[in-house]
Amino acid sequence: MVSVWFMFLTFPIMVIRVNPVEHVVEWRWLNMVLVGIGSFFLSFVWNYSIRRKEIGAKKSETGEGTNAIPLSQRLLKKKEVYKPALVIFGIFALTYPFIFSLYQTNIMISALIYVMLGLGLNIVVGLAGLLDLGYVAFYAVGAYSYALLNYHYGLNFWMALPIGGVLGAMFGILLGFPVLRLRGDYLAIVTLGFGEIIRIILENWNEFSFGPSGIAHIPRPPLFGIELSVQGSTIFVYYIMIGLCLFTIFVVNRLQNSRIGRAWIALREDEIACQAMGIDKAKTKLTAFALGATWASMGGVVFAAKTTFVNPASFTIWESIIILCVVVLGGMGSIVGVIAGALVLILMPEYLRAFSEYRMLAFGVLLVVMMIFRPGGIIPNVRRVYTFGTGSQNDES
Amino acid sequence: MDYFLELFLGGLTRGSIYALIALGYTMVYGIIELINFAHGEIYMIGAFTALIVISVLTLMGMNAVAILVIAGVVAVIYSSAYGYTVEKIAYKPLRNAPRLSALISAIGMSLFLQNYVLLAQTSDFLPFPNLVPDFEFMEPYAHIIGSTEVVILITTAIVMVLLTILIKFTNIGKAMRAASQDKTMSMLVGINVNRVISVTFVVGSATAAIGGVLIASHIGMINFYIGFIAGIKAFVAAVLGGIGSIPGAVLGSFVLGWTESFATGYVSSDYEDVFAFLFLVLILIFRPAGILGRSEKNKI
Repeated sequence: MVSVWFMFLTFPIMVIRVNPVEHVVEWRWLNMVLVGIGSFFLSFVWNYSIRRKEIGAKKSETGEGTNAIPLSQRLLKKKEVYKPALVIFGIFALTYPFIFSLYQTNIMISALIYVMLGLGLNIVVGLAGLLDLGYVAFYAVGAYSYALLNYHYGLNFWMALPIGGVLGAMFGILLGFPVLRLRGDYLAIVTLGFGEIIRIILENWNEFSFGPSGIAHIPRPPLFGIELSVQGSTIFVYYIMIGLCLFTIFVVNRLQNSRIGRAWIALREDEIACQAMGIDKAKTKLTAFALGATWASMGGVVFAAKTTFVNPASFTIWESIIILCVVVLGGMGSIVGVIAGALVLILMPEYLRAFSEYRMLAFGVLLVVMMIFRPGGIIPNVRRVYTFGTGSQNDES
Repeated sequence: MDYFLELFLGGLTRGSIYALIALGYTMVYGIIELINFAHGEIYMIGAFTALIVISVLTLMGMNAVAILVIAGVVAVIYSSAYGYTVEKIAYKPLRNAPRLSALISAIGMSLFLQNYVLLAQTSDFLPFPNLVPDFEFMEPYAHIIGSTEVVILITTAIVMVLLTILIKFTNIGKAMRAASQDKTMSMLVGINVNRVISVTFVVGSATAAIGGVLIASHIGMINFYIGFIAGIKAFVAAVLGGIGSIPGAVLGSFVLGWTESFATGYVSSDYEDVFAFLFLVLILIFRPAGILGRSEKNKI
């Protein structure tokens, strides 16, 4: 039944391909068969998952639900597992550019940029619950601020990095002001519009941003005045990225459990109750925007330094959505999750080149499926809980 | 003066297309309070289906008007079917989930449909044949308004009237209005809310498909990306008029159409999309409920 429906549904788009210029019609009956068989099996999987989800929902309603912490979290909690894993991971990360080729290192750098962007967006979407679809605008602000500052004033990477961050924060506040009063869906559209405005301006304002042709010959970051070869500077950028990521993780981790971090989470859960508790809504939202934008902007500076070339085509709405995918897949609000999400989403398509056409298709499916079956992401965030009983006993001993 | 009139009518045409798409947004939003991001994609699928049907039928050698009608009908049927399916897959399981989840799911659906058409068809712009014949009686006004535009205006007007009748005077329309006011209450008085939501999606998709066919034959080109920008513009229009309100959506669309038309005509065409978004931001700052919207009271 379902497969007949889907065969009907996909008939014109999948089966017939027309070429209106030459007036040729191509019939692809094979596709129809594939859709029929595929949807037949998928519908079983779908129904099964929905049923399981409903059972789970009922269980937690009646209080039967097991409060077991998922395996991944338990592993993270245990010191004896967690420490060696971290050490191994650290050694792997440090030696990566020497084990693998330049090409691999480059891929890793872009994955790390996404880790940083994901963590930044995580502040806005995951913690403060503000859906920002124009996140890439801040990325563009960072990349262009380095490119332009270097072009006009000859500033080097190390000076541009903080300036880019500050500029990003300023843009974040600039965007934040008009949208303070808006709720979820309006916010999504306005931020999306903002992202598009930035891109259109960059594309059309030739005197300022050199239009669609972009800016080339951006210098790579210097190491104490020593000129590095292409290979050397790539490795150097890699280490810069590792450092920046660690810095980001440190800051976000500290923020999450600070006063402002808890205010974000409270704001996400219930705005009215939050205001009643005396949290300044406007200030809290603006800090979220500003901090999120700062990371995006710094990511942009590194991006410009890595590719030595920026143009508006790198900053389309789809970049924002990929970053959103990273956050959603990893688990909103969870730092480890976002890192894992970024590595999976960015590295996978690189190694599965053959399927790269299907990348965005898969991202779309991923967003829907994750939201329906696992809204918490692969590694969901666990809030700090105070346990009575065991906790207090430990304190006494 | 002629230039002004041309821009005015251009804006009106643009506005009526936006209105056809915005209606779907506003109806869906009125009932389930969700931005259906995939709505623009439904409109794009409508245009694509029409193009495919037109190409096949042209090869079989039918006359233009018959082709236009058949293509329109098929496009409406397919778009409605897609709208229905999208709702069942991406939104129904999330009926009680937080709004952010439903929104992200909608974005995913939009991404999926876009790339589905991209992969199954092509990424190039395809020429869309203009099937509206040049009317004889339009000759003297041809420099101001073309016959395609007249057809667009008339069709939009007819669709609006039909929709108003549907909502004001039929049972299902009454159920829709009830569900948009209070879902739980209307369930209690025996309205099948799930069915109402499905019908809303179907009707909204059908109007979007009509819009898709019309604008495709007006502009003469389609590709897989047209749905996204048109969808966002239509959403802007729906917000302008006050989301959830049907006359508001129509009014907002005309306002947006004129703004864009005059702004591109008198200022610069490079920044066409910027005007639309700036307008949205201004409206949301100064009158968040839109032109005809009621202001919403939050209850604790």
